[in-house]
Amino acid sequence: MRILIYFVESVKIATNALRSYKLRSILTTLGIVIGVTTVITIVALIQGLNKSFERQISAIGTDTLFIDKYPWIITSNTEFFSYRNRRNIPVNYAFRIKELSSLSKAVAPTLYSRQTAKYKGRSSEGVLIIGTNADYLVTSNTLPEIGRFLSDTDVEHRRSVCVLGWDVYQALFPNSDPIGKKIKLGGKKFKVVGVIEKKGAMFGNSMDTNVCIPIGVFQSTFGVRWRSCDIEIKINSPELMDDAEIELTGIMRRLRGLKPGEDNDFNINKQSMLMDTYKRLTNTLWAVAIGVGSISLLVGGIGIMNILLVSVTERTREIGVRKALGARNHDVLLQFLIESMVICSIGVIIGILFAIGIAKLVAATTPIPAAITLWVVFLGVGFVITIGVFFGIYPASKAARLNPIDALRYE
Amino acid sequence: MLIDLKDIKKIYEIGGTVKVPALKSINLVIGKNEYVAIMGPSGSGKSTLMNILGCLDTASEGIYMLNGSNVSDMTDDELAEIRNREIGFVFQTFNLLPRANALHNVELPLIYNGTSSTQRKKQAKEALEKVGLADRMDHKPNELSGGQRQRVAIARALVNNPSIILADEPTGNLDSKTGEEIMEIFETLHDAGNTIVLVTHEEYIAEHSDRIIRLRDGLVERDESVN
Repeated sequence: MRILIYFVESVKIATNALRSYKLRSILTTLGIVIGVTTVITIVALIQGLNKSFERQISAIGTDTLFIDKYPWIITSNTEFFSYRNRRNIPVNYAFRIKELSSLSKAVAPTLYSRQTAKYKGRSSEGVLIIGTNADYLVTSNTLPEIGRFLSDTDVEHRRSVCVLGWDVYQALFPNSDPIGKKIKLGGKKFKVVGVIEKKGAMFGNSMDTNVCIPIGVFQSTFGVRWRSCDIEIKINSPELMDDAEIELTGIMRRLRGLKPGEDNDFNINKQSMLMDTYKRLTNTLWAVAIGVGSISLLVGGIGIMNILLVSVTERTREIGVRKALGARNHDVLLQFLIESMVICSIGVIIGILFAIGIAKLVAATTPIPAAITLWVVFLGVGFVITIGVFFGIYPASKAARLNPIDALRYE
Repeated sequence: MLIDLKDIKKIYEIGGTVKVPALKSINLVIGKNEYVAIMGPSGSGKSTLMNILGCLDTASEGIYMLNGSNVSDMTDDELAEIRNREIGFVFQTFNLLPRANALHNVELPLIYNGTSSTQRKKQAKEALEKVGLADRMDHKPNELSGGQRQRVAIARALVNNPSIILADEPTGNLDSKTGEEIMEIFETLHDAGNTIVLVTHEEYIAEHSDRIIRLRDGLVERDESVN
């Protein structure tokens, strides 16, 4: 009870003291304001980037593996050229893998080509034609919104059918039902059997401008020799990813006829690889945030310590009076620590408000959904306590140790 | 016995080697409801004795019993509590907090013993009424005259019902007419049963008391009643 009463009183004393020296207090908090604004803004940006990245990457399931000629992340030209000399991966591997793999739920070979899609005078340019099979529905999670996806029979009998991405559908059939209509892709006609639901973009590439056709038809229409097939594989469950990777590596090495000791001439890619690379990049951002933030908070903290030392000297007599009237050493200590923390709180509050403003601005003007979450408030409270105590403890203990007789006599 | 000093010595060390005795051997007994003046020329140990009596300082040797407890060997924090409970200070320079109004200044001692806000305000108002300042509660020290400031200080000394009111040259910064008014307040307080210890170098101020203790060179030179 006594401590609570005294705490409330100390906060009042501190705010009174700060009100008496408005300009000085504002200037003192400036360092903290800048530090907090910097740190929280960068945190908000990183979180925004994370959110944006996770949203985009979520299109690639955590239980999906990709057998490709190239790894997804290539960091140098020499690396690229060495991969380029690898043998292409033929489409029939997909069927072999499906037979041989016990851990795979769905195996879809994919071949890609950019083409223009046309229907009765309307056209949609830069459409990504994907030659694949019925399993693609599962591996890429492309659920039909209208009609159906490619069926096994479509693929087996090489039917000239296609499933449209949402944007292609919108462009070619603005006001009409597309099912059963024939569109032109690369000079050949395809009957529309379905439309895939809207999927959004991944890393700037819209996934709604895709058109899926049976892989055999793709090969006969767009050529096959120089293309390497990418194989998408959905695993029975995410926990089996590691086992599946081992199993698929074995199958691939067998299909490739690699001898023990020979390097793999293919790559098994997965979402977590992108995640790892991304995290490495953002770690740098974090380091910058922490660096800039700690420097400005250090400067701000020193400012607070300085002003408190001035305050202690100015108020020596007051301290003497308080001690004469019964303030114990730790009462005085608490008083100045609270004053330190009140200055910090003001700085942190203003800093958070600035950061919220900047985050709103960024979110409004860029695709990064920068946002300040509740834990930032806790971070703020953490700052207040840490800086307030750390930089306040020396002036406060100086005040607490004052001898009441000397303090009362101080002019 | 309210105050009982037995062979109190205070020795200051200057530079760690030179020892200067400020109080050589003080023996003093002050009872409840006494009105005592302590006098002496500068250097007589008056201020040192005052600081010891007020528990702002401790003696180098000797025993000081205050209201039944031995305060000779107490720690800083224990002394702070004793000051809060047993002693009401009135200073020559008033020592009010400049940014706080009269009421808040009077409340101060109550903050340090954990009295609730409403109770504090009530007691502070009563104390201000006793010194005739009920209508000046919201004024800050710089809006008050010297006499009024000293009355606020007296109200602050009274608010916690201390055993002793310890006044150090309470009229030193006041003109003689205002000084007389302040001395009247002390008389009223004495009549109401308070124990008052007054430190002064003015004979006519000391004469308001019932008993004058004269110090010289760290010793009690004379201890006499005033008729």
